Amino acid sequence: MNGFLALPLWSPYLVGVCIGLLVCLALVLSDRPIGCSTGFVKIRGLAEQICCGKQVQEKEYYQKFPPAVDWQLMILPGIIIGAFLSSFISGTFGLFIVPPLWADQFGSSAALRILAAVAGGILLGVGARWAGGCTSGHGISGSLQLSVGSILSAACFFVGGIAMAMILFGVPL
Amino acid sequence: MNFSQLHKNKKTQVVLGLCFGIVFGFLLQKGGATSYDVIMGQLLLTDFTVLKIMASAVAVGLVGFFLLNHAGYARRHVKAGAIGSNVVGGLIFGLGFGLLGYCPGTVAGAVGQGALDALFGGFVGLLIGVGIFARVYPSLHRTILTYGRIKKETVHELLGLPEWLVVIGGCIGIVAFLYLLEVAGF
Repeated sequence: MNGFLALPLWSPYLVGVCIGLLVCLALVLSDRPIGCSTGFVKIRGLAEQICCGKQVQEKEYYQKFPPAVDWQLMILPGIIIGAFLSSFISGTFGLFIVPPLWADQFGSSAALRILAAVAGGILLGVGARWAGGCTSGHGISGSLQLSVGSILSAACFFVGGIAMAMILFGVPL
Repeated sequence: MNFSQLHKNKKTQVVLGLCFGIVFGFLLQKGGATSYDVIMGQLLLTDFTVLKIMASAVAVGLVGFFLLNHAGYARRHVKAGAIGSNVVGGLIFGLGFGLLGYCPGTVAGAVGQGALDALFGGFVGLLIGVGIFARVYPSLHRTILTYGRIKKETVHELLGLPEWLVVIGGCIGIVAFLYLLEVAGF
């Protein structure tokens, strides 16, 4: 069993099956679909509260998603811990700034990579909340509940993503 | 068994959220989905790991949720959809997805495995992005976000078919798609 946990990669099908069961378990035990972008709204709201005071809660959006350390926020530190444990056990944990594929195309400048990542993150944050969910909330949790809006969103995530990837890297032949 | 007491217990739910996150992050990392190269490989259509994970999760979840829902253990959470929200937001998300190379869940996973571009770039950008959206939300809400309301919220309502048939059909479709992907050498 230890050997299995220490493998650097599992079959994507095994991982997918486990995630499908995990989403079901979360719906039963927590009455919530697993999603990640709401957690960012909670962190942002809490940060605004610390710097600007309680009136932040009056913003219409934060009334809908009140800033609090709750289930949706805790998913994020959980994912960080889980991914750390997985990579640490398998010996694949390692600090880096520029991923190899990016470096091949755009060079090893850390500043350029961080700048692009911030810009990408902004679009991702706006888009996720605009669409009402992310790859996990819409793409997995929403799709398996047969939500039309979620399936539509997930398709658009990939249409936009493929377009941007091919703008940056060209069309692979 | 009734879980509604558990759902109302906020402290337990905070701990459960952390636990679900830990398992989710562990699985994403083991699947390779927290790696920039794997995600970009998916968007460049050269590596189908991400789609294999998502499709098999949906196939299992379709059956699991259908049974749990009918047995009264799980409620359906379907948000009211709209073209202006799902399509426009989805495309903005997609452009960010391709530029960053992570999505909101996998960016956290990437931080956990040591990706500093995910921490100082993706995480920071996401916090700025959701802040911008919170600020503009009052003017988007009731205008573009509700434009083109999706009246039939679930696939079985849309198709006018029984839910069990859509679940079985969806599973067969996903398995056939994954099989063809393997046969094609991906």
